[in-house]
Amino acid sequence: MTTSTAEIRRHEIAIEIGGVPLLLRTCDAAFRNLLEERYTGFVGASRNPRLQFDIDLVDSVESAPDEVEVTKHLGLWSLRRADFRAEWDAAAGKGRIRQSANPYSIDSVLRIVHSLILAQEGGFLLHSASAIRNGCAFLFSGVSGAGKTTISRLAPSDVTLLTDEVSYVRPRAHGYEACGTPFAGELARVGENCSAPLSTLFFLEQGSENCVAPIHPSDAVRSLLRNILFFAEGDPELVHLLFRTVFHFVERVPVRKLTFLPDSRVWDLIG
Amino acid sequence: MNEKYIARSSEIAARLLGGEMMIMSAVDSTFFSLNEVGTMIWQAADGRTPLSEIIRQMCDHFDVDPEIARQDAEQFVTELSQYSILLVSDAPIEIPVPMSASR
Repeated sequence: MTTSTAEIRRHEIAIEIGGVPLLLRTCDAAFRNLLEERYTGFVGASRNPRLQFDIDLVDSVESAPDEVEVTKHLGLWSLRRADFRAEWDAAAGKGRIRQSANPYSIDSVLRIVHSLILAQEGGFLLHSASAIRNGCAFLFSGVSGAGKTTISRLAPSDVTLLTDEVSYVRPRAHGYEACGTPFAGELARVGENCSAPLSTLFFLEQGSENCVAPIHPSDAVRSLLRNILFFAEGDPELVHLLFRTVFHFVERVPVRKLTFLPDSRVWDLIG
Repeated sequence: MNEKYIARSSEIAARLLGGEMMIMSAVDSTFFSLNEVGTMIWQAADGRTPLSEIIRQMCDHFDVDPEIARQDAEQFVTELSQYSILLVSDAPIEIPVPMSASR
């Protein structure tokens, strides 16, 4: 029996993003190792996880929609997509994931789970690159092709890259902070696992010069809502919380438009 | 023509910012932002004021032709009601208590 317990423990891994540890359990040692490699820098202690998931590795999941479907019924969250199914009991903090042995499905599940946790706590995941310079964090958001990866690639050596794809934003005592994430985009590089108080949110636009311009608050709200990863669209409580968070954020964090040439001089305007 | 009454749904989050009313449906998180005229209609949609009276106030406030104002207001009401964020009735509407307060 002791051997069995030890073996189960060997197949556990805690992935800690934004200081929130999620414990993942699998019977497949190779998959556990794949997770450890994929989330290097974000593997935390498995004590006191916020949620714990048992992962059932299967060849294929039951029929499910191509687009992700997120629902909550009687305290049970359910996530479904063609390549995975996940359920967890919010009160018990325990759940189960069914997927094949690939890193992409679990990555999507983690993004959704964190987006739901953050929404409840007044934060959000944002389609944006983020970085720390001189102790302050900066977000660079925009639609695909706006330049998130480009501006990340152009970052000088004194900049700490938190992500080139999905930023983790949460409230703190006097504003917000950005945390590193392992959610990588085209740069295919995991961010640094650290955080800093948020200084400015830039919405990116590539142009013929480098310049920063103010954005009207209502445009800031619209742009922010377009770029937040929010999956609980049918959950009235979380919709209200998200709406409140977006206004709270825009009132406290400067939001600017950053037009830039694709060269490193744009960083002269940042930090 | 029958009188119409309009009321804001309780299943929304709404907030006025820089003269624009910004509204999110709590049912499917669809987002709307209303211009000055739309904001005025929205704020007047108390379930008790007839739509004809709201249109009359619009004409006074924005100096528009009554027939154009009526067409614009009816189109606006129809569009928002399709998303269930505005309720429309032939009789006065009792506004339900909001799901949660929005500033």
